[in-house]
Amino acid sequence: MIHWNSFSDFLAMGGYGFYVWGSFGVTALIMSIEPIMVARNRKTTIARLKRQLRAESRAENRNNAE
Amino acid sequence: MKDRFNLYRFASPATFYPLAGALIPYFAAVSVVFGLAGLYLGMLVAPTDFQQGEGYRIIFIHVPASWMSMFIYLVMAFWAAIGLAFNTRLSGMMAQALAPTGALMAFLSLWTGAMWGKPMWGTWWVWDARLTSELILLFLYIGYMALTAAIDDARRADKAGGLLLLVGVVNIPIIYFSVKWWNTLHQGSSVNLTKSSMAETMLWGMLLMAMCFWMYSIAVAFMRVRTIMLERERNTDWVKTLLAGDEK
Repeated sequence: MIHWNSFSDFLAMGGYGFYVWGSFGVTALIMSIEPIMVARNRKTTIARLKRQLRAESRAENRNNAE
Repeated sequence: MKDRFNLYRFASPATFYPLAGALIPYFAAVSVVFGLAGLYLGMLVAPTDFQQGEGYRIIFIHVPASWMSMFIYLVMAFWAAIGLAFNTRLSGMMAQALAPTGALMAFLSLWTGAMWGKPMWGTWWVWDARLTSELILLFLYIGYMALTAAIDDARRADKAGGLLLLVGVVNIPIIYFSVKWWNTLHQGSSVNLTKSSMAETMLWGMLLMAMCFWMYSIAVAFMRVRTIMLERERNTDWVKTLLAGDEK
């Protein structure tokens, strides 16, 4: 079933190794970095919105006290 | 009051937000499963191509990335049309959430195309119809993101961006049919609905990878749209309740 005779054959890709792995490498890199960046952006956005919300409710409480 | 199931309910951010959140892990898991199966078939089982040797294996990411770059644009244009026609809140958020993923797919299509073109054609790049129109697609994505980012008011940004998307949609059939309409270095499509010129394992490998890219795009776009929803709806009660809780 497996097409390759050895692992080094697989890496060499019949002489096209640079091009094949250059394609797959960059694709894998992008498709792992994008979700990480989206998740990080979500974290910082939520933290900022929570800060803003707390600041707003503090201001409101002050106004009510006066 | 009858609690009838109503599909339009999900057009409201307050209902779509938890739904998208619940679906993300499934799309991500399915994407990984399809990806592993596709890589197994494509990289380990599929035979050597009689013309291109092992170099043809780039097809397993080049074609899915290219398909997604065009398909995501069409989905964005669809949301733009809905948004401009019905002034719905969700549509602009959807388009904005999809744009970076679409741009990355267009970039991957061009990158893997260059890595494929060099050994097969002897050049990284030619200014022919297929390659140039795909490059224009990348610029449309970047233009859309720059335009919407430059306009502070979200509603106006959606409108301007939506118009750009609808005008740019003419580029999609040009990309798709470019290999038929013009003489180009790029080969014609290997797959269409009725016949395929590929070996069975190659075809399945490619289709599995396409499903992997598709599910990946949905998962990432859902992640992104949830953040956009919180940001844009921060003054609504449902977001305030979420933020007062332990939303992560």
